Amino acid sequence: MPDQAVSLRGLRKSFGSVEAVAGVDLDVADGEFFAMLGPSGSGKTTVLRMIAGFESPTAGTVELAGRDVTRLAPFERDVNTVFQDYALFPHMSVLENVEYGLRVKKVARSPRRERALEALRSVRLEGFDKRRPGQLSGGQRQRVALARALVNRPRVLLLDEPLGALDLKLREEMQVELKAIQREVGITFLFVTHDQEEALTMSDRVAVFNQGRIEQIGTPAEIYERPASAFVAGFVGTSNLISGEAARAVLGKEGTFSVRPEKLRVVAGDGETPGPDEHSASGTVSEVVYAGPATRFVVDLDAGVRLIALQQNLQVSSMDVMGLRGTRVSLVWHRRHEFAIADVSLAVPREAAHP
Amino acid sequence: MTASAALGDGEAAGLRRRVAAFLHRHARVRLSLLLSAPLAWLGLAYLGSLAALFVTAFWSTDTFTGDLVKVFTWANFQDLVTGEVYRTVALRSLWVAAAVTVIDLVIAFPMAFAMAKLASPRSQRWLVILVLTPLWASYLVKAYAWRVLLSSGGILGWGYGLTATIATLSYLWLPYMILPIYAGLERLPNALLDASGDLGARGWRTFRTVVWPLTFPAVVAGSIFTFSLSLGDYITVKIVGGKSQLIGNVVYDNIGAANNLPFAAAVATVPVLIMLVYLAAVRRTGALDNL
Repeated sequence: MPDQAVSLRGLRKSFGSVEAVAGVDLDVADGEFFAMLGPSGSGKTTVLRMIAGFESPTAGTVELAGRDVTRLAPFERDVNTVFQDYALFPHMSVLENVEYGLRVKKVARSPRRERALEALRSVRLEGFDKRRPGQLSGGQRQRVALARALVNRPRVLLLDEPLGALDLKLREEMQVELKAIQREVGITFLFVTHDQEEALTMSDRVAVFNQGRIEQIGTPAEIYERPASAFVAGFVGTSNLISGEAARAVLGKEGTFSVRPEKLRVVAGDGETPGPDEHSASGTVSEVVYAGPATRFVVDLDAGVRLIALQQNLQVSSMDVMGLRGTRVSLVWHRRHEFAIADVSLAVPREAAHP
Repeated sequence: MTASAALGDGEAAGLRRRVAAFLHRHARVRLSLLLSAPLAWLGLAYLGSLAALFVTAFWSTDTFTGDLVKVFTWANFQDLVTGEVYRTVALRSLWVAAAVTVIDLVIAFPMAFAMAKLASPRSQRWLVILVLTPLWASYLVKAYAWRVLLSSGGILGWGYGLTATIATLSYLWLPYMILPIYAGLERLPNALLDASGDLGARGWRTFRTVVWPLTFPAVVAGSIFTFSLSLGDYITVKIVGGKSQLIGNVVYDNIGAANNLPFAAAVATVPVLIMLVYLAAVRRTGALDNL
């Protein structure tokens, strides 16, 4: 498969009696921006470290561009890593850090310098080449780490929680910037994150990890709109599960269903008649959380489930919504926004929901 | 409990709180109280004795009565510089100290690296304890144990002399080299080693360009221990050194047999000067800037 930048087959890793990665199959296409999303301890970082070569798998294979690299050392692999805490060499200047990979590969001095300065330009760090990492801010260090990896023009760039250490504002900026840089250089980006929003906004495709396995692989829209399991529904966004008795009462059907909070319309008063393709359920507002652009309503339905509804604050202000606690409301949603979920139990691990 | 006792408790607690509040508001008072004992120790006992040593080095003894003559003279230092014997002894001591330092470094670095980076957390603790264990045994016992090892009938059977001295001193001071390097390697994030390998560097290259520069201050700290301890030692030399003498022996003999304290003091300034030169040289490399 020449078009696959990374192929993992039956990848497993045990630390003592703990199985951190329990059988992962994954194909990442050339030039893709791919996210591995999951809670901490779900095995995503271990998978990344096995692709980089820092850990060797207990079983399974790692292929890079069709070549089996499972038993190769990190320095024999055509990948570079942006580390979670950046791992910049504190005793070297920014330029020396960026040059390091080229110097190791014995690139002559003047092309080496040229490429390093070019890489620093591409991450908008011109004029910082003589500074030490200790003299930079978190966002600047992050970009040095990016330049240090990109300057080697690897086949695949691995990013381990690349934005985790940045504050919210900077993180949002860097999300846009990373995406732009990836488009510019055309290198496959494979990044690990526990932040669902980051995964959804930045990546072409997402793999959701849980307990050492992949629960679902898909585009951000697929993952969000059609989660394959209750875990995915719950981890990516708010799940709003309706099951059992409540499903029969509200929806008139058997099984477990989920509706995203922003798909629910909050209507004041009881017994709102739904449109032809709509469902509705009445209940009591138990909590109102005002969050600036939107308001979250926690509604206890009479059918016995608790749903969260997110409403844009188009005309209302906090004064208006706060008074709604304890009042009767109806939740209305379009039928196409309720989707069936295969499994009920969140706790039981299951096989990955894809071939 | 009686009422008055309870009242007394309350007063004591109130006083304590007032003192604590006063100290909280006056940061300088707090700092000087904290530092007064260590500063007194450093100023009087430590620097004071060094100053006394230095002053004594410029005195002399009455050749007839053996009493101290507290009159300034360069004579001791003149003897020291012009005496062939003293130069030989000083150079020999320097050579022994350097050899011990290098041997300890070569043994300690891989050992410390294995402890800090390769061993599991559990075995790490055990290894630290194992390294520390010899320090609990008496210096004399260890030196005499080496005398037995080195004696012509012993396991090593090298006999006594400079080689024996270097071997014994290397053994004695090894923990003082391992521990600082171990601490330095512990502080070195593993991610830096990963990053270096990730960027294409093999083990040796990573050692040269990442591990060594970042642990160099720790190596310097360890070498200060091994170097200065070797430079000042006279007991090991007496036990396994055979006929060879080091600076320490000259100092010892001048205090004891020769009863020439000023000359002993002058000789004793030599190791101090050597260490100062060493520290200045290390400082120039910039290794101590990152401490």
